[in-house]
This record gives sequence, C-alpha cells and structure tokens, in this order.
Amino acid sequence: MKVVIMGCGRVGGRLAGLLEANGHSVTVLDLDPYSFRRLPPGFKGTALVGNGIDQEALKKAGIEEADVFVALTQGDNRNVMAAQIAKHIFNVPRVMCRIYDPLRCDMYQTLGLEAISPTTIFAEILREKIEG
Amino acid sequence: MYIIVIGGGRVGYYLTKALLEEGHEVLIIERNPSICNAIAEELGSICYRGDGCEAITLEQAGTARADMLVAVTGDDEDNLVACQVAKHRFNVPRTIARIRNPNNEVLFKKLGIDVTISSTNLILEHIQEEVPTHPLTHLLEIRSKGLQIVEVKIPASSSTIGKPVKELALPRGSVLSLIIRKARRPIVPTGNTVLEAEDQVIAVTDPASEGALRAALRGE
Repeated sequence: MKVVIMGCGRVGGRLAGLLEANGHSVTVLDLDPYSFRRLPPGFKGTALVGNGIDQEALKKAGIEEADVFVALTQGDNRNVMAAQIAKHIFNVPRVMCRIYDPLRCDMYQTLGLEAISPTTIFAEILREKIEG
Repeated sequence: MYIIVIGGGRVGYYLTKALLEEGHEVLIIERNPSICNAIAEELGSICYRGDGCEAITLEQAGTARADMLVAVTGDDEDNLVACQVAKHRFNVPRTIARIRNPNNEVLFKKLGIDVTISSTNLILEHIQEEVPTHPLTHLLEIRSKGLQIVEVKIPASSSTIGKPVKELALPRGSVLSLIIRKARRPIVPTGNTVLEAEDQVIAVTDPASEGALRAALRGE
C-alpha cells in the first residue's frame, strides 16, 4: 500500500518505520526537517518537508495515488483539516487522524472521519490497570 | 442578532466594534488572557476567554442560540474547526470563516461553511477593478447558485461598438443586467440596445461562460 503520513513525531516516525518494514511504500511529511531524525536508520521511504494542510504539498507527497493518509501532527485542528482535504478533495480511500480532544474526536467520527483520540484510549488503559 | 466572533486579533476586534455599533449582541472568544483583558477594557465585558474550537467553550458562550459565528483567527484550520463545531454541534444557521490560503475556499465550501473570506482574493479583486485594462472584473459571487456578477469594459477599439445586443454571440449561461454609460446613466439593456465605447456592462454569468461572455462583448 501507498501510505502518506503527516507529522513525523514519535508516533509518525515509528509508524513509518513499522509500515516500511512490512513492505509498504511510505511518505512522511513534516514542516520541520529536524523531525526526520525520528525515522528509523536506513528508512527507504520518502521524507518531505511541507505543510500538510497545503494541497500543493500534499500533491508533492503523492496523495493522489495514496491508499492511506494518516494525520499525526500535534495540532488537532491541523489533523482535522488535513484529513478532510485528503478525504474530500483527493478522495483517498482510507483517511485516519489523531484528535487529542475527545469531544472534537466524537464529533468528527459522526461526520465520517476515522478519528482516534489517544486521550480516551490512554485514560481507559490507566483506569483498567489501576482498578485491576 | 447574536453573533459570536472567534479570535480577538485585529480583525476580530474591529469587526466586533463595528457590529456592536450596529446594535448586535456580540461575544468574542479569545484564548490569550492579555488580549481578553485589553478587549474588556476597551469594549466592556464581551470577551470570553477560551478555545473557540472546543465544544465546551462554545456551549458556555451560548452558541446554541447564536444566529451567526464568525471565525477570524489567523489560522485556517482553527477557523474551519470552529465553524464545523458551531454548525454540527450547535446548529448555528450561518458560519463565516476567514481564510489565508485562497485554495482552501473549495474545501470550506464543500464542508458546509456558509461564507469564506480570503483577504488575498479580496485584494486581488480590488486590483482587478483598479487596473483599467482588465477586461473582466468579478464584482460578486452568488454562491448558492454558483453564479458570478461581473463587469466587462468595452474599450474604444472593440469591434462590437455600434452593434445591438441581439447581434452579439452571448453564451447561454450569461445574462446582461445593466449597462453603465460615461454619463453614469444606468441602462437596462434590451436586444436593441447599441453598445458604445467605454460602456461598463454588468452581467450575471456562470463561471464556465466567462471567457465566451468577454469575447462576445468585446468582439475578441
């Protein structure tokens, strides 16, 4: 599969490495070239400096041929906007995004985005561990 | 009307001031506490401190009874989300977003934002109006119908001067609404109205017919 990942933070960098190891073609997009240090050594995918809410930058990242787009920047709103560009402008078959704010995450899920809130998931894991 | 303004920067501040003067009930939502305090000192207690993209903030601001929400922060993504939350969670009838990148207009429209305002495009339109050689100027967009109101200038060299409107090869998607003559007298054109040099023709057109309209009017 062709995967475009926006945001090369800890999660983005790690996901890129995992997918590449499984033989997928991965492009990572980030505003800060310094973030690419988080990619695993010997990463053979593409690392591109660019703004993921800019349609031109997304085109350069190959969004038109992508099977999957994942938005993983620190900003909920940037992720939401990039995901909607991927879904509604470029018709990417599968679009996922991270939204820290659980309320915003719920709303965008009902609007049809595959949104994941790490806040909800992590709090739930902690609760389970604490309560045994 | 009850209008909520997201973002207390320069645009938000002057917009709110003007809306208050027009007698509207206005609330600014601003994240930065020092900006909030400054606005409160100048305009009274009309600034609510909080993130205008968060449903909780919008709920506390009484968004459910708002007639309009205007998002004018400096970031397109924040303006988009504020408008979407207002629309989908609180059913605000009208949402207006400021956009920086003119390319975002299509996306915002697709996602149901009622009005987008791009300062880049506004300045561009004004330049088009100011430059006398610009053959076709966009005056207004009727978004709900996908139509444009445009102005076409008829230069003295145009081969259509002296011809009646009915002899022009006007495209099907365009209708001539008004002709403004040198003496500033507006004329509602009929088939027999004859074009004169320096006429300004105001027409309603679909965007696809723009080129053909310009060519037909100017004899290009």
